[in-house]
Amino acid sequence: MTSQTTSKGHTLADLVQHDRVHTSLYTDPAIFEDEMEKVFANTWVWVAHASEIPEAGSYKTGYIGRQPVVTVRDRKQQVHVLLNRCRHRAATVCEGHKGKTNSFVCPYHGWSYSLDGALRGVPSPESYGDLLDKADYPLVKLRVEEYAGMIFATFKDDIEPLVDFLGPAKKWMDLFMKQGGGFPIKVGGEHRFRFPGNWKIQLENTTDAYHFPLVHKSFLSSVDKQTEEMLDFVEGPGFVEDLGNGHSVMVMIPDLVDLEANLDAPIPERFAALAEELRADYPEDQVRRIVRAVGGSGFNLNIFPNIACSMAFFRVLRPVSVTETEIHHAVITMDGGPEAGNRARLRMHEHFQGPMGFGTPDDSEAWERVQKGSNAGTDQWILLNRGLAKEQETADGRRSDVSAETGMRAAYRQWKKLMTA
Amino acid sequence: MNIELLNQASAFICQEADMLDHGEYAEWLALWEDKGLYIVPINPDETDFANTLNYACDDAKMRNLRVARLGSGESISTSPAPRTIRSVSRFRVLADDGTTVTVRCAQNLREFRKEIHKHYTANLTYTLVRTVDAEGDSFRIQQKVVRLLNASDALQCIGYIP
Repeated sequence: MTSQTTSKGHTLADLVQHDRVHTSLYTDPAIFEDEMEKVFANTWVWVAHASEIPEAGSYKTGYIGRQPVVTVRDRKQQVHVLLNRCRHRAATVCEGHKGKTNSFVCPYHGWSYSLDGALRGVPSPESYGDLLDKADYPLVKLRVEEYAGMIFATFKDDIEPLVDFLGPAKKWMDLFMKQGGGFPIKVGGEHRFRFPGNWKIQLENTTDAYHFPLVHKSFLSSVDKQTEEMLDFVEGPGFVEDLGNGHSVMVMIPDLVDLEANLDAPIPERFAALAEELRADYPEDQVRRIVRAVGGSGFNLNIFPNIACSMAFFRVLRPVSVTETEIHHAVITMDGGPEAGNRARLRMHEHFQGPMGFGTPDDSEAWERVQKGSNAGTDQWILLNRGLAKEQETADGRRSDVSAETGMRAAYRQWKKLMTA
Repeated sequence: MNIELLNQASAFICQEADMLDHGEYAEWLALWEDKGLYIVPINPDETDFANTLNYACDDAKMRNLRVARLGSGESISTSPAPRTIRSVSRFRVLADDGTTVTVRCAQNLREFRKEIHKHYTANLTYTLVRTVDAEGDSFRIQQKVVRLLNASDALQCIGYIP
């Protein structure tokens, strides 16, 4: 958008108010174009978990906004995030989702790059005479920083350090990583799916406890009584907290915030068989630690704009167009941990997540209907005032009840800051 | 080529397809061995289903829960239910040890729900246990693996049993 005024006569700043956002945030293609520059090319964006590129030469392709990138570990174990584009005539130099390579070779004319992006070889260079200095044409490299195994990149050389951007979210990331149960965390595969709707609808959903008992009724009917009671949290003691910079945490099950606490509590019935199986190989204290970790954390941490640490998995969102979004739900396993524990994690993930899960398709249907309904009316608003009445200031930001829309308000405040800067 | 076995196996698989397209889930559940597994992998070349993430890896309990969910009216993604028509063809017996028979075939499935018509193509691999029922020689399903052609891509949600 070249102008700051939309077709309805609102300024971009007017579109986000403290208790509502304008529907055009879901539907206006010009706003989407603007977001690619002002949000995705203008802040820290998550690209990978360290376990996805475990060795020298391991790579993962992906996108920052709509720009294809490669995240790669070089021979000195340093991680690089490179634009996936040959410096000659722009062809991508790496295809495939994940893998291992010695170098990146453009398939079009054979220009080759080392793992750190340096241009190494140009076939038949004579034609260039002295016009081409290879040092001038490495793959374009983004700034990369890592916290708790989470790798982020940015186009902005002058942006604040990642740890400052994350701020109070860091302690929740540390808590989330405890679900390794004493082992390092490893991404053990992912479900990838698309839905016909704007990316911010999914961003909101990770911090929306209000929908859970209704949208996920069929999932709740498929679990044991104890689990169903555990997930009955909408009127419970949990909370949502705005952590600044667009980040927020939604604590649904306060007992499961710290997976290394309460290890003496009785093992839930649904994990009794797993615990018994683990006792053959592990002492009782370790069995309890692993079993509690297998169940996952009791909170969702939303990190603006594209990653969430969500109970037992990573949720990654990728904007495709103003009305299409791709979601990845990456399962978390224990690297080197017991196979039985990891199998339990995989089966739990399959139960709820992905295009054939008992949960995701119903979320997807709800989001699709939000997008469809957003075409109604000419100048309507999306309400975000739930929980505002009881919102309190805290040391880290502000907090309200578990089904408050505090996390959404946090995300839109950051959106507004970036979009109107 | 054992044409009789090929006919028996393909007749059984066509009947199963017809049950799924017509929502005869109680009959479908009865086709299974108790320890049977229904699997939809993510990587079409995967063989270690237990230790990898799948779209579905259903034992008897999960198959029953999946069927119950489809008919419960509690799930907005399956109300209204998608309509499906699937064709199965290109049957080939891969192995037969006298007790179990492994059969591979192609499935072309068309789905319609609300305003959207979708197409999913898959290789199906069945491990069938020979049995005798009231109508004579038949099979029980020990394993069914649905390898979607585009399984490794980002899919859209699937609100039925492919």
